Amino acid sequence: MNLSMLRPAAPAIAPVERSPGYWGEVFNRVCRDPIALAVAAVILALLALAVLGPWAVPGDPFTTSMFKRLKPIGTEGFPLGTDELGRDMLSRLMLGTRLSLFMGITPVVFAFFIGGAIGVVAGYFGGWLNSLIMRTVDVFYAFPSVLLAIAFSGALGAGVNNALISLTLVFVPQVARIAESVTTQVRNRDYIEAARASGAGAFTIIRSQVLGNVLGPIFVFTTGLISVSMILASGLSFLGLGVTPPEPEWGLMLNTLRTAIYTQPWVSALPGAMIFITSISFNVLADRLRAAMAVRS
Amino acid sequence: MTQRDIGGPAQPLLRVEKLLKHFPTKGGLGKRRVVRAVDGIDFVVRKGETLGVVGESGCGKSTTARLLMQLIQQDSGELVFDAMAVGGHQLPLREYRRQVQMVFQDSYSSLNPRLTMEQAVAFGPSVHGVSQREALQRARDLLGRVGLEPTRFAGRYAHELSGGQRQRVNIARALAVEPRLVILDEAVSALDKSVEAQVLNLLLDLKASLQLTYVFISHDLHVVRYLSDRIMVMYLGEIVEVGPTQALFSAAQHPYTQALLTSMPSMDPGNRTRVSPLSGDPPSPIDPPPGCRFHTRCPHAEAVCAQAAPQLTTTGDHHYAACLMVQPGAGHSQSPPAGLIYTGASA
Amino acid sequence: MSEQPMVAVQDLKVRFKRGGQTLAAVNGVNLSVARGEVLALIGESGSGKSVTLRALMRLHAERSTRIEGRIEIAGQNLMALSRRQLQALRGPVAAMIFQEPLLALDPVYTIGQQIIETLRRHRPMPRAAAREAALEALRSVRIPSPEQRLDAYPHEMSGGMRQRAMIALALACQPKLLLADEPTTALDATVQIQILILLRELQQALGLSIIFVTHDIAAAVEVADRIAVMYGGRIVEQAPLAELLNNPQHPYTRVLLGTRPKDGLRKGERLVSIPGAPPDLANLPAGCAFAPRCPQASDLCRSEVPAIEAVLADHSVCCHHWNRLPI
Repeated sequence: MNLSMLRPAAPAIAPVERSPGYWGEVFNRVCRDPIALAVAAVILALLALAVLGPWAVPGDPFTTSMFKRLKPIGTEGFPLGTDELGRDMLSRLMLGTRLSLFMGITPVVFAFFIGGAIGVVAGYFGGWLNSLIMRTVDVFYAFPSVLLAIAFSGALGAGVNNALISLTLVFVPQVARIAESVTTQVRNRDYIEAARASGAGAFTIIRSQVLGNVLGPIFVFTTGLISVSMILASGLSFLGLGVTPPEPEWGLMLNTLRTAIYTQPWVSALPGAMIFITSISFNVLADRLRAAMAVRS
Repeated sequence: MTQRDIGGPAQPLLRVEKLLKHFPTKGGLGKRRVVRAVDGIDFVVRKGETLGVVGESGCGKSTTARLLMQLIQQDSGELVFDAMAVGGHQLPLREYRRQVQMVFQDSYSSLNPRLTMEQAVAFGPSVHGVSQREALQRARDLLGRVGLEPTRFAGRYAHELSGGQRQRVNIARALAVEPRLVILDEAVSALDKSVEAQVLNLLLDLKASLQLTYVFISHDLHVVRYLSDRIMVMYLGEIVEVGPTQALFSAAQHPYTQALLTSMPSMDPGNRTRVSPLSGDPPSPIDPPPGCRFHTRCPHAEAVCAQAAPQLTTTGDHHYAACLMVQPGAGHSQSPPAGLIYTGASA
Repeated sequence: MSEQPMVAVQDLKVRFKRGGQTLAAVNGVNLSVARGEVLALIGESGSGKSVTLRALMRLHAERSTRIEGRIEIAGQNLMALSRRQLQALRGPVAAMIFQEPLLALDPVYTIGQQIIETLRRHRPMPRAAAREAALEALRSVRIPSPEQRLDAYPHEMSGGMRQRAMIALALACQPKLLLADEPTTALDATVQIQILILLRELQQALGLSIIFVTHDIAAAVEVADRIAVMYGGRIVEQAPLAELLNNPQHPYTRVLLGTRPKDGLRKGERLVSIPGAPPDLANLPAGCAFAPRCPQASDLCRSEVPAIEAVLADHSVCCHHWNRLPI
């Protein structure tokens, strides 16, 4: 019983026909989807703005002026008007992109890794470990996200770092739940049995057989969470639990401009519009990704 | 590779002793009941043979396969592979799984949709420390060996292949770690007939050229007969008969085996089956009948069959059946008298 | 009884639209079933056998399916029937049984409720009479202790029992045509033979016409009078049972029969096998669908679909070279 005669003398591995593969097909499908491309462009522009913000701003976002308070849109030198302290709205909105996106995306990225790991482990091992993890997760899951975020932030105190931690804590159970459910489905497929029969350990199987099948759905779900995170982060700032003045952040700007809603409604609504555009873009992107990943012949 | 045959040709490749697996039934309040999926079975797999395992749904053949592969842990009982206890220090589980491999029924579900065919086949060897490059090369050689042109198929994904092609990949994957025993669990059952023939021929070729031993599990007696040297018949978690294929087909001893054989459609329009050999369905392996488990459907059942559980009794060369009618002094009106034991050739 | 056949199908074509692709599932099927005759449609996955059967009841989703050709059941032009007329046909004229009874039986009603409901929908009758008729239906399929089974839910029954219950439900309205889609495929061997024998006995007692779709030629031999072999959406050979078994003309039929020789497969002998797999219905070859796998294929086979030719009066074959093949 010897397969060594099968082993090649030729050292070079011959080229083979390659299929695009799953991710290749998903990529092709996204590239053919105009809506997905449009929102991806919006998101890329926002990201570029976040990176280049400090160098791209036309004016000074921090200079206050009691004489130039609450100018309307289209004022000479202030294309988007000024806020309640007379600062340039355009510059503040552009610079605010950085902090707002950071506050929106960072907790979700953390939650993706932490929640994903927890969920995959719970899903793959099952049994009492699954029960223990998932019941704990359920406790957090039982509260509304907003309430939970406020409670954590309130307990930890105001500030960007504490807001990030509390938002991460809000999203970890949600990601864990999705990760657990897709992993449980994958775990029961025969190819996992076959991998176990090959003598592979749990870690190897998770890395080479499970992750490829579960990362897609988890990623799509987390992308959808970015919009929620944006809104929650803005909410925390609005309540004074997140970013502290004078840093420009859309949620905080919305809060401070709220008193001016009757005198300058359009200017006051601008930060809200930014939050809306950004979160809807992430939401639509997640939706189109989901569609691109689910289509299978 | 070193010579791996340890005990010589007479030593059974796999000895299964008192293997038992019960599953608790899920859900519901009140009394917990167990499914007696495999209820204490003993058998051997000889070196170089094909052992066919047949039986109906609920007979425990698939659970047996998963126990043999150690995908599930038995409640009690032991597996001895070439005189080494499986899971012991001589043969740890990881090493055992190089020696034994399995091909599943569902060719689609048993291939990872995100891996190319060469990656799927190369996984096993790379787990056992073969370098990635060598593992991929071995995978391509094996793909060629199971009849799939490597340059065309190595880079493909499971959904791009037909059922027969996928099952060939599964066979290649099983062979990639150079096993000595391959468990085929309904491996051709889902294939179209014209494709099934190709895969059966392939299995025969591979067995001859790689000196493999097969445990071939199927509900299809035609195919089992074609492939097997010996056949083991299971009913509700127990072995009711085991013997050489020829003897089993020409002189089945257990009424259940006889019924299975007469249930095979005749392929002769002038001689259609008129009376069904059995009525009703196989009972559930939850709370199986006491005594002989087949007595509820057996045309020869007597009162004693509901009380005494028959033992596997030798009835011919290497031929055993678990029926009171062949068990000396068992109390059935057709039992041979006590003390009368078959004395042909020794087993 | 008139000479009019129970089922007459002419040049049936069924196309599915799926994800931008068009699947040519059935590509010109002609068949007819006489009253009291059992026709077995055999073939592999994707041969179009089940699609043909479902087309006979117009069960396909109308939006994504295009059906062409002429289908007559008991003299009625099926394609011209309104939804309402179709409802009236399903049950009293033609009924269908499936491979998986759990999909055909409603899990929230007892077997009795389902049979009674079906009976009363087609023929108004008092509840007590309907119950009596339902009981009779269960007796006719030899379900043990039918009084209790009448009040049982589908999940409380074993596989073979459910199959019997589904047959009882299908036959409750006394149809003249039974369409059976792999009714014994999922069953254990000892149960399968019981259901085959039951179908044969019911067919003889009630004078049913049956179209029996299966991939298992051995099961077909147990019940059929005539066999039609399908491949790539066409009937490639059609003949009375004994004629087909003894005198197969199409190379594909010969391969199928080779997988199930009369005296069983012999150990040590090599199986007759052909290369390749059943055709891709989204991408059928130009000529004969079997040509890519056929050892006798010529250029003609690869370019032109063969015509249906008569071997005998009741034996037809669809092959360019049938009368030149080595026996």
